[in-house]
Amino acid sequence: MHPVEVIEMVSFYAFFDQTPRGRNRIRLSKTPISMMNGAREVAEAFGQSLGIAMGETSLDGMFTLEWTNDIGMADQEPAALVNGMILTSLTPLDVPGIIAALRHEEDGLGLSSYPPTAAQALKLPKSNVRPSLIQAGPLLTRPVVRARGLKAALAMTPEKVIEEITSSKLRGRGGAGFPTGMKWRLTRKSAGKEHYILCNADEGEPGTFKDRMLLAEFPDLVFDGLTIAGYALGSQHGILYLRGEYAYLWETLQETLRTRRSLGLLGANICGRQGFDFDIRIQLGAGAYICGEESSLIESLEGKRGSPRDRPPFPTERGYLQQPTAIDNVETLICAARILEKGVAWFTSYGTKESAGTKLISVSGDCARPGVYEVPFGVTVSELLDLVGGADAIYVQVSGPSGHSVAPKDFGRSIAYEDLSTGGSTMVFGPQRDVLDVAMQFAEFFVEESCGWCTPCRVGTTLLKQGMEKVLAGRATLSDLSEMEALGQTVVRMSRCGLGQSAPNPILTTMRNFPELYEARLAAVPFTPLVTLHDALREAVAVQGREPLSEET
Amino acid sequence: MSLLDIDERILELVDLVDLDVSPFDDKKAFDRQVDVGFVEGGCSNEYNVKELREFRKHCRILISVGACAINGGVPAMRNTIGLRECLEAVYLNGPSLEGAGMIPNDEDLPLLLDRVYPSHEIVKIDYFLPGCPPSGDAMWEGLKALLTGKAPTLPYLLCKYE
Amino acid sequence: MVAASFKFNIDGIEVEATEGQSVIEACDEAGIYIPRLCHHPELPPSGNCRVCTCKINGRHSAACVTPAAHGMVIENDTPQLTSDRRAVIEMLFVEGNHPCPYCVASGDCELQALGYRLGMVAPTQPYQWPERKIDATHPDIYLDHDRCILCSRCIRASRMEDGKTVFGFEGRGIAMRLNVDAQGGLGETQMAAIDKAASVCPVACIVIKRHNYQVPNGSRRFDKTPIGSDIEAKRTRRQS
Repeated sequence: MHPVEVIEMVSFYAFFDQTPRGRNRIRLSKTPISMMNGAREVAEAFGQSLGIAMGETSLDGMFTLEWTNDIGMADQEPAALVNGMILTSLTPLDVPGIIAALRHEEDGLGLSSYPPTAAQALKLPKSNVRPSLIQAGPLLTRPVVRARGLKAALAMTPEKVIEEITSSKLRGRGGAGFPTGMKWRLTRKSAGKEHYILCNADEGEPGTFKDRMLLAEFPDLVFDGLTIAGYALGSQHGILYLRGEYAYLWETLQETLRTRRSLGLLGANICGRQGFDFDIRIQLGAGAYICGEESSLIESLEGKRGSPRDRPPFPTERGYLQQPTAIDNVETLICAARILEKGVAWFTSYGTKESAGTKLISVSGDCARPGVYEVPFGVTVSELLDLVGGADAIYVQVSGPSGHSVAPKDFGRSIAYEDLSTGGSTMVFGPQRDVLDVAMQFAEFFVEESCGWCTPCRVGTTLLKQGMEKVLAGRATLSDLSEMEALGQTVVRMSRCGLGQSAPNPILTTMRNFPELYEARLAAVPFTPLVTLHDALREAVAVQGREPLSEET
Repeated sequence: MSLLDIDERILELVDLVDLDVSPFDDKKAFDRQVDVGFVEGGCSNEYNVKELREFRKHCRILISVGACAINGGVPAMRNTIGLRECLEAVYLNGPSLEGAGMIPNDEDLPLLLDRVYPSHEIVKIDYFLPGCPPSGDAMWEGLKALLTGKAPTLPYLLCKYE
Repeated sequence: MVAASFKFNIDGIEVEATEGQSVIEACDEAGIYIPRLCHHPELPPSGNCRVCTCKINGRHSAACVTPAAHGMVIENDTPQLTSDRRAVIEMLFVEGNHPCPYCVASGDCELQALGYRLGMVAPTQPYQWPERKIDATHPDIYLDHDRCILCSRCIRASRMEDGKTVFGFEGRGIAMRLNVDAQGGLGETQMAAIDKAASVCPVACIVIKRHNYQVPNGSRRFDKTPIGSDIEAKRTRRQS
């Protein structure tokens, strides 16, 4: 392997470094939710206490302090990732205790093994992730008995399992909504040395955390689903691609896998079914939103940069290691397990005609009860707001930054593939919030997460962010707005993958749904320069120590 | 100046237009509105900005002419360096300097902008005539279009960025 | 074995293609030009630049990475696509530093040529003025990162054709850069001036030293005829 290839890969992921950084790595989440819950104050407290700014490393090499994008804790933010451990509901008052604990080197926190163990985390204040499930529906009603769905599946032929999933009308829960039965059938019938089933647990869409909840609270159901899928498509290998931010779940997930092996639910001749050999391994991501895109996930699994692939060929024909591969969301696999357990009729009795079943919604922001809600498809935004205690919302971001900015006039719209299609992220914003400031933060998010492979996304996301900065500064003109809209549409049409194709959404959908907010910020002139003369002269004033000649700035 | 490259066609031109403010006469400032203004060069200091704004104020149609006006040209080489570093490299740390240098700071000198801006980032520009310089034919083509009330468009052989 | 042939339709014109051809390859053969930048006929396609994006069966897809298929209906030369492609070219112009007047490749540059062909008079997106380096460590080649448009041609050529892996990407998003396989610069890599990777750069990022200005400005590839004319000439010949 060439050094240039190593750097190519390492420099892609936020969690890898090319130069030594602090022994303790403090990464504060900067979702809009984290910000409105006081992340800035927490950051200042860390900064003051360590004597460094965000992005810097302390002189003694003990601490690096930085921002990170979503870490899947939007219901308990401000949250931070410290050496892979999760700290939640932070306030500035927590900071001294956290730093003191980290300085206590004999506890081994600073040199913690990675992934971290629960025992390590116990030594850190605020290292407690609150259970996130607020409302369970039919899918998650307890008790959950391990392997029920699996045993039901193994009583059928693989083809019959796929038939069941197909007639249940189960569609991918990541948001794209591809019919799961069809995906499994296509993968099964593709020729290959091996077949792979991957579980996409790279839930990086800011504001979503339902997969984290499922992995923490229903791991056996996830692995049941994965094993059923393995059986259905004739695979021996299941891989759970776990986002690096969720490394704190590693230990318990591995424990669950060990138990399943000891019970004969993994390994050779599973549940006595001769010839069905299947095992699951877990691979960690390293901080890249794009890896939630299935072809990027495959590249990442192969140890490369997580840049998307061109399709065709689709993963169902040539995916992981060029072999037929099905990739399913955590929630989709749980649905599959339950469908086999409880039957197709049970599943299709919930939801709408085109969206069967229920959906897990991760709710965060300005509402009384943030957390995960299981609701039938078809529920309207206002019903959901009533449920979570967010009735005075002025704006709801459905399906994360890549999704829809929904204004009150559209709160009657429903959560369903045929209307507001969503992976589950639902961020609620109350009357005190600035919609365009949130859109700006989302625009920045895409600048940071664009993989760089293709021009429209790599450059377009930056240009859009700059356009949005002008809007927020009150300097954009009407023609700036129409140019920004045209640029956004070009990025949508020309980008290579879903990231670029949806990156302009925060701007395009707020323009459409909140035009009055843009109008209120317009500069009422036909043209404003890119930079004010005052700003363009600032450096010269500093260097030369005198004021501009002309009064007009 | 590449206007002069239109050669004898300038005789045709003077019959059709009045030259107001230009390097060809001694008139330095606008005292009336004109139809068309051509600007060359980017904006590297506060004077340039002032002058460009004067042009915009007095010209019904403003055209950015040549590579410097369009992207800053050679002076914009400093744009990737930063103003302070650039001044210090030239006046304080330059290899050809003898003794301690100083950054010129006469109060009559206009302050430099943090970078060289193309004209369209400072004022609204209606049309562009690219080239370094635009050829006489390109200038003539542009002028002809304007005189007939059309938007200047250049055929392939005349549209050059260099 | 002869590959099966079939037909598809592009802008109302029937094109014959064979199994295994991409849309762009089939169109090239038929004398229909689809504007492209990162694509190189002798290298595997990579879909970086997106200039060759067409509307294929109603969906936007890059023609270089889309296999031709029977019955496809493709839109290529439409005002919308021309405008989108021009916007992408503009993005590349403002992303790097591209001063045509004093660039060694002017007249021979595929980025510039596409600007001309697609009707870009001047880029109007804000110039980004990134700080980039020149790598002159190699005795025969210099690397001017100001001009790099991240098309990956050199990366592909070095890996597939030269078997060397001299080039790679570094970083992601707007901070992504071309990188070489040695900390000390190109001079410490296996790169040679006769490598395929040295001759496929569409702009003046990879430049062979002492070989420039042999063809004067005014007589270069795209000075008189638009990029793509060679491809279009095939069709004209066939028709006449």
